[in-house]
Amino acid sequence: MEMVNVTIDGQQLEVPKTATVLEAVQRAGIKIPTLCYHPELRPEGACRVCMVEVEGARSLVASCVYPVSDGIVVRTNTAAVREARRMVVELLLANHPPDCFTCARNLNCELQTIAADLGLRKVRFEGERKSIPIDANNPSLVRDQEKCILCGRCIRACSERQGVNVYSFVHRGFNTNVAPAFETGLDEAPCTFCGQCAAVCPTAAIVEKDDTAAVWRAISDPTKHVVVQTAPAVRVALGEALGMGPGSIVTGKMVAALRDLGFDRVFDTDFSADLTIMEEGHEFIGRLSNGGKLPMITSCSPGWVNFIEIMYPDLLDHLSTAKSPQQMFGALVKTYYAEKSGINPKDIVSVSVMPCTAKKAEAAREEMNSSGYQDVDYVLTTRELARMIKAAGIDFSKLAAEQFDAPLGISTGAAVIFGATGGVMEAALRTVAEVVTGKELESLDFHAVRGLTGVREAEVPVGDLKVKVAVAHTLANARKLLDRIRNGQADYHFIEIMACPGGCIGGGGQPYSTSCDIRQKRIDSIYECDQCSSLRKSHENPAIKELYETWLGKPLGEKSHHLLHTHYHQQKRG
Amino acid sequence: MSKDQTNQCCCGGNNEQFAKLDEVLVKYEGVKGALIPVLQEAQNVYGYLSKDIITRIGEKLGIATSQIYGVATFYSQFHLKPRGRNIIRVCQGTACHVRGAKAILQALEDNLKISAGSTTPDLKFTLETVACIGACGLAPVLMINDDTHGRLTPEAIPGILAKYA
Repeated sequence: MEMVNVTIDGQQLEVPKTATVLEAVQRAGIKIPTLCYHPELRPEGACRVCMVEVEGARSLVASCVYPVSDGIVVRTNTAAVREARRMVVELLLANHPPDCFTCARNLNCELQTIAADLGLRKVRFEGERKSIPIDANNPSLVRDQEKCILCGRCIRACSERQGVNVYSFVHRGFNTNVAPAFETGLDEAPCTFCGQCAAVCPTAAIVEKDDTAAVWRAISDPTKHVVVQTAPAVRVALGEALGMGPGSIVTGKMVAALRDLGFDRVFDTDFSADLTIMEEGHEFIGRLSNGGKLPMITSCSPGWVNFIEIMYPDLLDHLSTAKSPQQMFGALVKTYYAEKSGINPKDIVSVSVMPCTAKKAEAAREEMNSSGYQDVDYVLTTRELARMIKAAGIDFSKLAAEQFDAPLGISTGAAVIFGATGGVMEAALRTVAEVVTGKELESLDFHAVRGLTGVREAEVPVGDLKVKVAVAHTLANARKLLDRIRNGQADYHFIEIMACPGGCIGGGGQPYSTSCDIRQKRIDSIYECDQCSSLRKSHENPAIKELYETWLGKPLGEKSHHLLHTHYHQQKRG
Repeated sequence: MSKDQTNQCCCGGNNEQFAKLDEVLVKYEGVKGALIPVLQEAQNVYGYLSKDIITRIGEKLGIATSQIYGVATFYSQFHLKPRGRNIIRVCQGTACHVRGAKAILQALEDNLKISAGSTTPDLKFTLETVACIGACGLAPVLMINDDTHGRLTPEAIPGILAKYA
C-alpha cells in the first residue's frame, strides 16, 4: 500500500494514500466528533461536525470526506475549529426538539453526547420546527422526523448494507426529510423491518416500537402466567447496554434479571432452535432424497423472510417451511407447555426477547396463531430488556447466575450458534450428517461456514454426497445469492441467510454502536458458549427427545406440520 | 398518494401512453446519468410524473423508486400531481411586489378558488408563483402559458382568465 506523510497536530505519521483526513486523525489517536460519518458506510460529508483546519486550504474542511495528500498539515483543535463545530451543533439543535428527558435515546444519543462533549450551554438560535407526522403504522419501527438531523446514515445502511433502498432524501432546503418513495409509511414501502436504520441512527429519529409498557402490565396482572424466551444473540450483547464490555456472556445474569422482573417462567429460544434443526434438518434430508426444491434456504430471520417475500417472490419455494425458533417456541408454549403444566393457554402471556426489530412484525403475522391464540404476544428487543432492567433498579453486574427453567430452557451448543452468521448452517450440518450416516461426527466444528465474509461457500461430505452449502449475511449479500439462483447459476443444496451483519448478534434491536470489532467479540462469545456446552448437537437435546417421544411424534409429523411449519406469500409493497 | 391508487394507473394513461414512455426508456437503455432526461421526457408526454410512471422508470432503469422520488421532489421542474391545461405564473418579485403583486395573486386565488401551487379540479388552470419573470417594466405581471400580461389590476383578472377558459 502506498503511504504518505501527514502531520496531525504536530504529530508526524505515515498513512495510506487512500485514507481520509478523519482516518489519519483517528490513527494519530485523536478523537474528533462525527455524526453523519459511520465507519462501515460510504462517507457523505453532510453534517460538518468533523471539520478540521488543513494548512493552505481556503476554509475548514470536513475531515470524513477530505483525502490526505503527502505533506498535508492538519490541525484538529484550534479556536476556529472548536468555534465552527459548536456552531454546527448549535444550528442542529436550533430545530431539534428539546425533549431529551423523555426521549427514547436519552443518555444514549450521539447528538446529545456531542453537545455535552463540546460543552454547549446555550443554543442562541431558535429555528423553525418540522412537523411531519410520526410513522408508527407498523409493528417494528417508529420514525419521528422531528428528531432527524439529515445525516443520511439510515439511507446508506438501507441501500449499501441491505440493498433494499427504502429511504431517500426528499424535497429540498428546509423541507428536506428522509422518506420512502411517495412518502408512505414503512408498512407500504418495501421495508423488511430489519432495523439496521435504527441501529445506525444517531438520534431517536428511528427507534424500535416500545412494547415494554405492555409487558410490565402483563407481569403485574396476577391472572396472567407470563413466560419469556430469550434468543441466542441476546446473552452476548445485553451486558453492553448495562455497562459491561462488548461480548460479555451474561446468560446466567440475564436469567436472574428476568426472574427479578417478575416473569413466571424463564425459557430459552435455544430450546426451539434445537427443534428448528430437527424440523429443518429433516426437511432438508427429505428434499435431498425426494427430489424436492433445492437449494433449500433457511427461514429463521424474519427480515430475510420479508425481503424474499417482497423482492423475490418467485423463489419462495426455496424457503424452508420451518417456522423460526421464536414462532416454534410460541406455538409450543400455548399448547405443549400449557398442557404439561395445566395452565389455560388463554391465561398465558408469551414474551420473547430478541436482538431484532423484524421479530415484532413476525409475531404479529396473521398466520402465527397455530396454538389458537397469538403464539407470541410481545417481542422486546435487547435494548428494551436493558431498559426494563434499569427501570427495576436491578444491579445487573452484581447478579448471581441462574439457570433457565425446564423443559423449554434446555438446549445444546448447536442452538446457541444460531446467533452468529453461519450458525444455523453449522447446527444443521451436525444433525444432518449424523442422521444421514448414522455415525458420530469426528469434529463438530465446521470452520468453513464461520467468519464475517459476506458470502461463504463450502462442500461438506455427508455420507456419499458432497453437500454444497452457502452462507450469506446482510440482505445486499443475500441478493447476490438470489440473483444466482434466479439465473440458474447456483448449484447449492442448502443456503443460510441472515438479514443482519454478523447474523443476529448484529441485529437491529441490539445495543447501540455495533461495530465490526464488537460483532466479532459477540461472535467469539457465541462459539465459546457452544464450546462450553455439554451437548452440542440438537438431536441429542433430551428435552427435544422427550417432546417428540411424548407429544409431537416425529419430525415433519402431523402435529409438527400444524404447529411448527408455515407458508409464505408475496408481499406487494412499494 | 393515497392507498387506493397503488394498484391502478392514476395518470389516466392507457397502454398507448405507456408505449410512449417505453420508447423514451429504450432510448436511454444502459445510458449512465439518464434519470433526469428520462423524467423530463416522461413529463413532456404525461404532463406530470405519476406513481405508476415513476415505478415503471425505476424498474426499467434499475433505480430504486425511493431515489427517483428523491430526485423528482428536489427539482421544482418536476410535478407529481396532474397539472392544468393552462399554467399561470404570477410574479412575486421585488418590482411586482411593490406594485401590488399580492393583490393580483389574491384575485387569482379568489377567481379560481384554489391556492397558489395547486390546480383547479377541472384541470383548466394551475396557479404558480415565480420570483421574477424578467419583465419588471410591466409590473405587476403574470404569464399564462407563453403569453405575458402586464400592468395588471385585480379587476382585470376575470377578463384575462376568461380568454383561456
